[in-house]
Amino acid sequence: MSDVKTSQKSVRQVEIEILRYNPDTDEKPYFQTYQVPCQEEWVILDAVNYIKDNLDRSLSYRWSCHMAVCGSCGMMVNGEPTLSCHAFVRDMPDKITIEPLENFPIARDLIVDMDGFVEKLSSVKPYINAAEEKTVEQGTYQQLPEQLQLYKQYTQCINCMLCYSACPQMALNDGFVGPAALALAHRYNLDSRDKGREVREDVVASNAGIWECSFVGACSEVCPKHVDPAAAIQQTKIAATGDYFKKFLMPWKNAQKGQAPEGGDQ
Amino acid sequence: MLNKINSDVVIIGAGGAGLRAAIEIARSQPDLSIALLSKVYPMRSHTVAAEGGAAGVAKDEDSFDNHFNDTVAGGDWLCDQDAVEYFIHQAPKELTQMEHWGCPWSRTKEGKVAVRPFGGMKVERTWYAADKTGFHMLHTLFQTSLKYPGIKRYDEYYSIDLISENGQCYGVTALDMRTGQIKFFRAKSVIIATGGAGRVFPFTTNGAIKTGDGMAMAYRAGVPLKDMEFVQYHPTGLPGTGILITEGSRGEGGLLVNKNNYRYLQDYNLGPPDPWPRKKAMELGPRDRLSQAFWQEQQKGNTIQTPFGDAVHLDLRHLGEEKINERLPMVRELAINYMGVDPVHEPIPVRPVVHYTMGGIDTDIEAATRLKGLYAAGECACVSINGANRLGSNSLTELLVFGSKAGANAAEFASKTSEQVDEALLENMAKQSADKVAQLFHHQGKETIPGLRNEMNTIMEAGAGIYRTESSLKDAVNQLTQLKSRFADIELTDKSNVYNTDLIQALELGSMIDVARAMAVSALNRQESRGSHQRLDYVERDDKNFLRHTLATFAGDDNPTIDYRDVVITKSQPAERVYGGESK
Amino acid sequence: MKLTNGNYVRPPARYSWWLRQGRYFRYMMRELSSLFVGIFSIIMICGLYQLSQGEAQFTAFTSSLWNNFWWLSVITFLFVTYHSYSWFIVTPKAMPLRFSGKKVAPWIIIGAHMILWLICSIFIWFIFTNGGAQ
Repeated sequence: MSDVKTSQKSVRQVEIEILRYNPDTDEKPYFQTYQVPCQEEWVILDAVNYIKDNLDRSLSYRWSCHMAVCGSCGMMVNGEPTLSCHAFVRDMPDKITIEPLENFPIARDLIVDMDGFVEKLSSVKPYINAAEEKTVEQGTYQQLPEQLQLYKQYTQCINCMLCYSACPQMALNDGFVGPAALALAHRYNLDSRDKGREVREDVVASNAGIWECSFVGACSEVCPKHVDPAAAIQQTKIAATGDYFKKFLMPWKNAQKGQAPEGGDQ
Repeated sequence: MLNKINSDVVIIGAGGAGLRAAIEIARSQPDLSIALLSKVYPMRSHTVAAEGGAAGVAKDEDSFDNHFNDTVAGGDWLCDQDAVEYFIHQAPKELTQMEHWGCPWSRTKEGKVAVRPFGGMKVERTWYAADKTGFHMLHTLFQTSLKYPGIKRYDEYYSIDLISENGQCYGVTALDMRTGQIKFFRAKSVIIATGGAGRVFPFTTNGAIKTGDGMAMAYRAGVPLKDMEFVQYHPTGLPGTGILITEGSRGEGGLLVNKNNYRYLQDYNLGPPDPWPRKKAMELGPRDRLSQAFWQEQQKGNTIQTPFGDAVHLDLRHLGEEKINERLPMVRELAINYMGVDPVHEPIPVRPVVHYTMGGIDTDIEAATRLKGLYAAGECACVSINGANRLGSNSLTELLVFGSKAGANAAEFASKTSEQVDEALLENMAKQSADKVAQLFHHQGKETIPGLRNEMNTIMEAGAGIYRTESSLKDAVNQLTQLKSRFADIELTDKSNVYNTDLIQALELGSMIDVARAMAVSALNRQESRGSHQRLDYVERDDKNFLRHTLATFAGDDNPTIDYRDVVITKSQPAERVYGGESK
Repeated sequence: MKLTNGNYVRPPARYSWWLRQGRYFRYMMRELSSLFVGIFSIIMICGLYQLSQGEAQFTAFTSSLWNNFWWLSVITFLFVTYHSYSWFIVTPKAMPLRFSGKKVAPWIIIGAHMILWLICSIFIWFIFTNGGAQ
């Protein structure tokens, strides 16, 4: 049987260094160190909550669900973009450094300004764009399990923004639409109910969109939900290239709003 | 001078119900301006954590009557049957609408929406998106809301006080968390959709944000809180963290066993222990019965000891890896990550955990409260379709059905109302609300927020847990009264304006103490056992005296005053709740 | 840098960022390897030209290349190999395959590419060594 039933709660003293910043009083961020008695089963977020409740009431950060689905608690933990409710203290050394997510402006302590991120999500028109809207009385669309499987992976994004933090392209150009938003566009493009690929293409297939991506692949490596945004972007590049040549070679043919390249069964 | 923002409708809370309401207004009356306030970005709302699914009649062999009867019996006849009737008829429509908006419902081989069985359900009718239904619904609603320019979002605004005068609501004051500025959101109608208050208990599936702010706001503004004594324990949470393991895992065939590897539910009128999942029996009994059976097993010493307290085992191994991966991927992920147990190879230790507040802001079938222009929907409201025990998978549907209803009615009210109110008076009230918060910054005291919060949690667990008695509840009520007066003696450590989470936690604690008192006093006064409210000193249901809703009205520092209102009964007369082999 | 709205923007490490993490370093090596793919292509074009001038010319060219620039050949070979490898391991991302409705496992796609690569290499090696001997 598993160790949870037999093990005693053991405590380890961990030094946690947190980047602090309060715009009311600070010109720039600085590190503050806390000694935290961490229990074996704690996640990083538990340690941060301990600091907030027992050592420093002024520490600010976001969190809610504690089960890796609300996407609030992303932080840099020892230099790696991490969902702090999803990373265990037992896997960490005796000294842990926590900073706000990189590639975002710091609003206060571990809280970053995420308005730009939400605008980018919004810019790819992430909603069903049906050819004609069905009424509720007409019932549901038919969608076969294999059609669902095509896009399902790309619906799993929790908007935790770790991928934006890991992306070196984002660091160099904050206008980049970015991994999560492009993966979301791909999700709708692949959905059999959607006919909106062309409407999204203005943003998606622009220089700030897929063509800004140089396929570092870091986004997919840090994604806690295995969405694989890098894959979504590369597939979108192939689809957009196809569209371009279709338009170029067959100008008389109105570019068809077909599906992206994935999907041929045999 | 207080910053004033005018809109037609203000919605407080941007989870499932708030977003659904916003979309309903935006698409039916695009000319109306909507201010959607939330203390978190919409996709952080706790709808995101719902796993199992949403109920709505889908199969030919099912019927509206079945859904009606399951819901009313599940709620131990405390549901208002006119509301249930409306709810079950709207349910399939709302779920179909979600399908049109792109919700990735799981499918049958033929490409139709698939349904699975849930506890207390005669025929399977739970629509699901693997085991992340709430997550997919929330993101679908949020993304769909981006289509409508009429919806102006105010993310990370913490709402403080409703502004009402002469029986009508005119808006709300809210703190812009990133600047610390308090603004007056003036509106013709207001919808509260702020979710439940599970955080008044120490061990809960609820996220940190579920602190009952909206309930407390309406309560302080004079709207009663209804049926607050009914708090649902979900039978299967992970020990320690309280992370939810969905009822869908039992719907797919998961078994509950005690330390002797015995399916103990058969000893509690839930048998026979068929090897297949029999509807409304054993593991698919209602949540209140299952949680109570755990408590009984614990008394008998049949539970399994873990470092995080007693537990029983949820065994999924016989389902096989493929089915677990397809239907319950999140359950597997959560069990591995947070419990170190892979359900493919080992049973998962689970125990009951506070999950849902059946009670809430007193609303009618129109989602309206007794304050004109004020509506409420979702977990924060009590219509009531959940009665004394909510049927699993009714709540995701509820936030669509009544979110939509609240939106439609708030929009209509906003477009028709002609107001004659003294604006200066309202502004002055808003300013007082802001001043009250400002005073917290200067206040010196000796109480700390985490200290009081922990005490409140302990009081609620000890006094108002799965089983209650007169003395445990009296203790809780008295201690909460003291806690309320000690709360006046808190001091903020953080005095800054930007993202002052010390301040936010203080305001949340204030809400929670008020809500906790309403729960404890309501529970003390209900001298019977019904659904999730189980009294060791009044073990029987008492329809003669308590087939009524409790209404707790705010009375400042004093305990709330308690009134009752008869339950609406249309076609189902109260009867015994029968589960297991004997249920029809 | 502190902005007027109070937010603080951390300056990006413009030149050294790729040394900070293994994944960034591997990416930069992949980008750098393109340079050697270019060098390799130029050598190849020159080689083909020499080959069109007859066997003696070509042999003189290859031996002079090896005698004077053997180190360049070795480095080029290593980088071109890394280049091919680094692209083959990301192929499942760009070319997800499905077979009767199910996703083909990434390792199969990668493995198929690697095996094909190996077969081609052996085949070319065989032509060059045996073809030259005849």
